[in-house]
Amino acid sequence: MHSSTSWLTRPFHERSTRLFLGVLLAALVLVTVLHVAVPQGHPLHVNAYTVNLFGKYLSYALLAVAVDLVWGYLGILSLGHGAFFALGGYAMGMYLMRQIGDRGVYGHPELPDFMVFLDWQSLPWYWAGFDMAWFAFLMVLLAPGALALVFGFLAFRSRVTGVYLSIITQALTFALMLAFFRNEMGFGGNNGLTDFREILGFNLRSDATRLGLFIASGVALALGYVLCRAIVGSKLGRVCVATRDAEARTRFLGYRVERVQLFVFVVSAMLAGLAGALYVPQVGIINPSEFSPLFSIEIVLWVALGGRATLYGAVIGAILVNYAKTVFTGVMPDAWLFALGGLFVLVTVLLPKGVAGLLAYRVQGRRRRHDEGTAGKEVSA
Amino acid sequence: MKLLQQLADRDRVFDFLVPAASPVDVRHGPILYLEDVTVSFDGFKAIDNLNLTIDDGELRCIIGPNGAGKTTMMDIITGKTCPDQGSVWFGSRHDLLTLNEPEIASLGIGRKFQKPTVFEALSVFENLELAMAADKRILPTLTARLSGEIRDRIDEVLATIGLGELRQRPAGILSHGQKQWLEIGMLLMQRPRLLLVDEPVAGMTEQEMERTAELLTGLAGEQSVVVVEHDMGFVRSIARTVTVLHQGSVLAEGTMDQVSSDPRVIEVYLGAEEEIA
Repeated sequence: MHSSTSWLTRPFHERSTRLFLGVLLAALVLVTVLHVAVPQGHPLHVNAYTVNLFGKYLSYALLAVAVDLVWGYLGILSLGHGAFFALGGYAMGMYLMRQIGDRGVYGHPELPDFMVFLDWQSLPWYWAGFDMAWFAFLMVLLAPGALALVFGFLAFRSRVTGVYLSIITQALTFALMLAFFRNEMGFGGNNGLTDFREILGFNLRSDATRLGLFIASGVALALGYVLCRAIVGSKLGRVCVATRDAEARTRFLGYRVERVQLFVFVVSAMLAGLAGALYVPQVGIINPSEFSPLFSIEIVLWVALGGRATLYGAVIGAILVNYAKTVFTGVMPDAWLFALGGLFVLVTVLLPKGVAGLLAYRVQGRRRRHDEGTAGKEVSA
Repeated sequence: MKLLQQLADRDRVFDFLVPAASPVDVRHGPILYLEDVTVSFDGFKAIDNLNLTIDDGELRCIIGPNGAGKTTMMDIITGKTCPDQGSVWFGSRHDLLTLNEPEIASLGIGRKFQKPTVFEALSVFENLELAMAADKRILPTLTARLSGEIRDRIDEVLATIGLGELRQRPAGILSHGQKQWLEIGMLLMQRPRLLLVDEPVAGMTEQEMERTAELLTGLAGEQSVVVVEHDMGFVRSIARTVTVLHQGSVLAEGTMDQVSSDPRVIEVYLGAEEEIA
């Protein structure tokens, strides 16, 4: 941990990060092989629907990592990270809308269908540039980043922390949801953006594109994870933990706590935006429901379930809960919220440190037994 | 005329060119200078016309009954509280009232709080690492590496505070006394010019107290130390000059013997006379 290597390469020297990346890579390869090489109808074949589902889980996992970075290490309980996720999603959605071109229902060469329907004559200024992939992909990071910068600047400068900050983040995402519901905003109102066709020239409905998006989500998760590990393992990461546990004390040491908070918050928002941008082409729609306060609370639940302040716990939590959600909503659609609530109560009572805490406990236990074993041998020898 | 003289002094940097974070100017003796400082909270004067001068390298004890304004005085010096009137100077160059908390901390004023607040989730070593005087902006902190020089400095402080054995343990498992020493160590990592120490021996055992006394007297000289303390035995064991605060202003100042024989002090401490004598 205290190696003198550069902050960006440090994660690759950590055992836990190597293990995480190894497992992720193995999962990506396994799913790809089972999808491509195993013939359809074979029991081991992974169909396109499932690949798509896994891709969605991976983008959720990246979102959970972003939340764990601010909540687990900095102590900022953001109940509004869905807003950054949705903004990234909308930036991607706008690009995908422009890719439709004149193939929409109304066949307008430039305007998306919903604008033609609303009788708009020209594209609003903020839609300019979204026909270019590089600009849209930049906006995927910059739009949530800018919102986080302005919001965080105001909140952290005024030293708003704890439960007050959580409430304001809820208000933020709720306000954005109401705004995006309005047709005049120019983002498709409550229908949102949908009917996408292509991304970078690849047909979104083809299996190969779905597999590509799944792998892209995995790579993004790996990169996001390494970036977060790099921050967390640096001296700045220790300043974050110090801020989380004793903010006033950290300030007295001469650290500009509000700037540390702002920096990490913006990084986290950008990662959430990236997650949203990967999510949207895989589900084929983005609408204001992603801004719903409930969704943001759900993200926090994933992290809590998986285990705070570990990063890999957030990944486990996100995948576990969403898998459970897929299963439960398929079997008993009405019981899902009860199941989620029950799961949360169970984990809080039995596993206060989440699933990751259980893993760490088992590993430690094994290591201790191992140590005792070798110590015993030394004595007997 | 003065400017001309300065121009002639080619080896000197002009005063107006010196940035705000320049070294503390103690050529005139005092390192800390409070003049006519008054603070009131909702009409109650916590500090009332306080005058106090601390010399460079001095070890000063400040005593006084509860509510005498000791903690408020610390708050003013560190920039946490802004006085209604008066002036506070650090050396003869820095007006502390124009600076915020991090700026004052980076000038070289370190404060140890009444309740030890170490970062419990971090190790003893990491606590000292964070406290070290360094570029504390975001990117330098993100890319900071642990050089041999930094390690040596941390080892040195670990030896001073006697926690070398526990360096990799989380600070949360330390005993109360050990936490207090770690906090003093964290102050030392900042290479402060002035140490403000709030009730260092509260809740300590006899041995821990002795150890703390050694530590603090060893520090004076190289840095100036201001200790606020209730425990008279402890004050007697370390103090050369004692200042008695009462109702927000200085009641008496002098050696421990002078102060404890002062009738006004005895009156203030009425009922606690035995403690003083």
